[in-house]
Amino acid sequence: MKKADPKKLEELRTRIIDSRDENKTCITICGGTGCHAYGCEKIAQNFKDEIKKQNLEKKIDIRVTGCHGFCERGPIVVMQPDGIFYQRVKNEDIKEIISKTALNKEVIPRLLYKDPQTDEIIEKEKEVAFYKKQKRIIFGRNGFIDPTNIEDYIALDGYKAISQALFEMEPKEIISEVKKSGLRGRGGGGFLTGKKWEICSRQDSPEKYVICNADEGDPGAYMDRSLLEGNPHSIIEGMIMGAYAIGAHEGYIYVRLEYPLAVKNITLALEKAREYGFLGKSILSSDFDFDIHVFKGAGAFVSGEETSLMASIEGRRAFPSQRPPYPAEKGLWGKPTNINNVETWANIPLIIEKGADWYNHIGTETSKGTKIFSLVGKINNTGLVEVPMGMTLREIIYDIGGGIKDGKKFKAVQTGGPSGGCIPADMLDQPIDFDTLTRAGSIMGSGGMIVMDEDTCMVDVARYFLKFTQEESCGKCVPCRIGTRKMVDILTRITEGRGEKEDIKRLKELAETVKNGSLCGLGQTAPNPVLTTLRYFMDEYKAHIEQKSCPALSCKNLIVYYIDPDKCVGCLLCKKNCPVDAISGERKEVHVIDQDLCIKCGACLDVCPSKVSAVSKHTGKEKQKILEEHNKKKTKK
Amino acid sequence: MIDKKKNKIEVEKILKKFNPERKELIHILHKVQAEEGFISPEAISEISKYLSISEGEVYGVLTFYNAFTLEPKGKHTITICMGTACHVRGAPAVLDEFSRLLDISPGQTTENKNFTLETVNCVGACALGPIVITDGDYHGHATARDAKKILHHLKEEKDKNKDNEKS
Repeated sequence: MKKADPKKLEELRTRIIDSRDENKTCITICGGTGCHAYGCEKIAQNFKDEIKKQNLEKKIDIRVTGCHGFCERGPIVVMQPDGIFYQRVKNEDIKEIISKTALNKEVIPRLLYKDPQTDEIIEKEKEVAFYKKQKRIIFGRNGFIDPTNIEDYIALDGYKAISQALFEMEPKEIISEVKKSGLRGRGGGGFLTGKKWEICSRQDSPEKYVICNADEGDPGAYMDRSLLEGNPHSIIEGMIMGAYAIGAHEGYIYVRLEYPLAVKNITLALEKAREYGFLGKSILSSDFDFDIHVFKGAGAFVSGEETSLMASIEGRRAFPSQRPPYPAEKGLWGKPTNINNVETWANIPLIIEKGADWYNHIGTETSKGTKIFSLVGKINNTGLVEVPMGMTLREIIYDIGGGIKDGKKFKAVQTGGPSGGCIPADMLDQPIDFDTLTRAGSIMGSGGMIVMDEDTCMVDVARYFLKFTQEESCGKCVPCRIGTRKMVDILTRITEGRGEKEDIKRLKELAETVKNGSLCGLGQTAPNPVLTTLRYFMDEYKAHIEQKSCPALSCKNLIVYYIDPDKCVGCLLCKKNCPVDAISGERKEVHVIDQDLCIKCGACLDVCPSKVSAVSKHTGKEKQKILEEHNKKKTKK
Repeated sequence: MIDKKKNKIEVEKILKKFNPERKELIHILHKVQAEEGFISPEAISEISKYLSISEGEVYGVLTFYNAFTLEPKGKHTITICMGTACHVRGAPAVLDEFSRLLDISPGQTTENKNFTLETVNCVGACALGPIVITDGDYHGHATARDAKKILHHLKEEKDKNKDNEKS
């Protein structure tokens, strides 16, 4: 668009929509990182090749879209406009999908989703239980957009909100609209976005910055990446409005190093946005100039903290600094800076386009809108889910997530990443919003939800997170640097069966010190996983310390693998699969594990046929008994 | 062996693409790491001169971030995802087995420079956990038993490449 303006944008939008035949078959293939890992790239290429080979380009469109969220069932192919949902598609299925569904509207039952709970075969994407209860206002467009094609975004009313904002609204009005919407920051803190903007807008400085924090470091959380990869223009649009509202002319998107596809897609999206006149000098012929740079992170978790992130952009070590002054007053290069998380920015165009009153009807009293959670771990339907604030954990885990894997028992859900905590089963009916999670001792964080079952050891989970924060601690504050290390030492000792009675008291004391004596969020929240597991799973700590047993049968040092002589049929499977040749016994003879050689890798348990199930794990007294028996036999020999 | 002279020339070439400003430091380090495979002492010295900051400062920044290494990596990189979802699904056992088979700890490279073993804090493909990534290829639902197969496959590939080179 040369010399773009709002009128030309609307003309372009009409042209794009008119040029598209909405009844034309379009094969959409999910191109998110989850599906990439399943090999969707090759599938998409093969679809393209096959369509070309059969000369069907006029009849069938192909679109590689953003993430659909249902990663468990990838690679995902949705046939538009009917919305027929094919899952776990393989290269062998391509020809059949083209000849049957694309050309003759014939559905292939074997590729449809079968609801594991009702055995019902579901044809359409929106009818799958995983999607039914979701409210996908932010994430929903991902499945219809090719993130590399800006016209897909424009066709779905993209960049409408900025022409509204730049020409019909004063910066103050935008801020008051965002304030009225009740939107709270989605990166972890939950601060009111509009309020943050207002503070920044009041600063008298010709130079201001806006930053999109896409340094999504919480392990098990990947919603920001999916938005960047799948719908990058919505974030750019949000940032343009934020910059206009506070009076900034330069912006940064700080992307985590481990997200190469996100870097690629957002970089391309920025180029396209410039080309179409949405970025650069006089955006849409208004008198507002603004442009955005991409900054690739370098692999430090602490750089997700806002002051560290800015230090990193400045080319320094990602050390946090004292707040106040807050970035809104003194941020990047000492200038007023507004920094928001990816998902927060993606909410902005919706709020401006549909109005704060529409938005603040979604959610709870204190937490408005929707939240995208990444539902992972021991759950049947791993994926990204967007739900209105206030939905209960039970609805998310059971109705959307399809319950726990392999029919196991739910134990806890960990929210908020390394800064969050573990929430036990008796709190499943809690409505989820910023405040209920804080009351439970956890936090909303960026929205990771890691489901744990009876096989997960909660002491080990606490150790895992503490080890994580200890390694990622930048070392600036002594309580964080040394305190977390001491906590890891204690937790490691407990999981190895060397725990002492006083350890629990020591952990609590250290937690307090680290919490109070650290400058940034990393240290202040690092003890949360320990504190919540102490609060809700004290019995597991006690079992480890007092009985030297791991109730979840997970801590290596506290368990033994054992072959039940009454059950073993002597099939040689475990013997063949043991990597250290610790299993003896000939065919049709009972097999025995040499406990001195066993490295507890679990291979024997994995391969023992389920109808035999002779291999089992034991802890505590049973473990002692097995070891004694083993030693007796050894000395006899 | 690393050709120090060549390395220095390459780094000089890279530096010319950037403004001599402090804020370019991380961008420069990314570029050097990508093209040279590591940051050599020669590179540190060149960068420090170019940006007019001390070598200590460059060293401080590069060792702060996980993306940069002071040593070249092995021919194959094996990355084990240690994200929470992978952790609860048994990633530690997978890592232990690779570590045992290669006789190195995470972060190290085998003596013959064939394999580097690394961990990552989540690649966000949690549905496939535990995940092992070898030279960019994803192996989902990995178990300790797969470690041997995966290594074997990588070795074979290497042999195949060698044969191709010969013919």
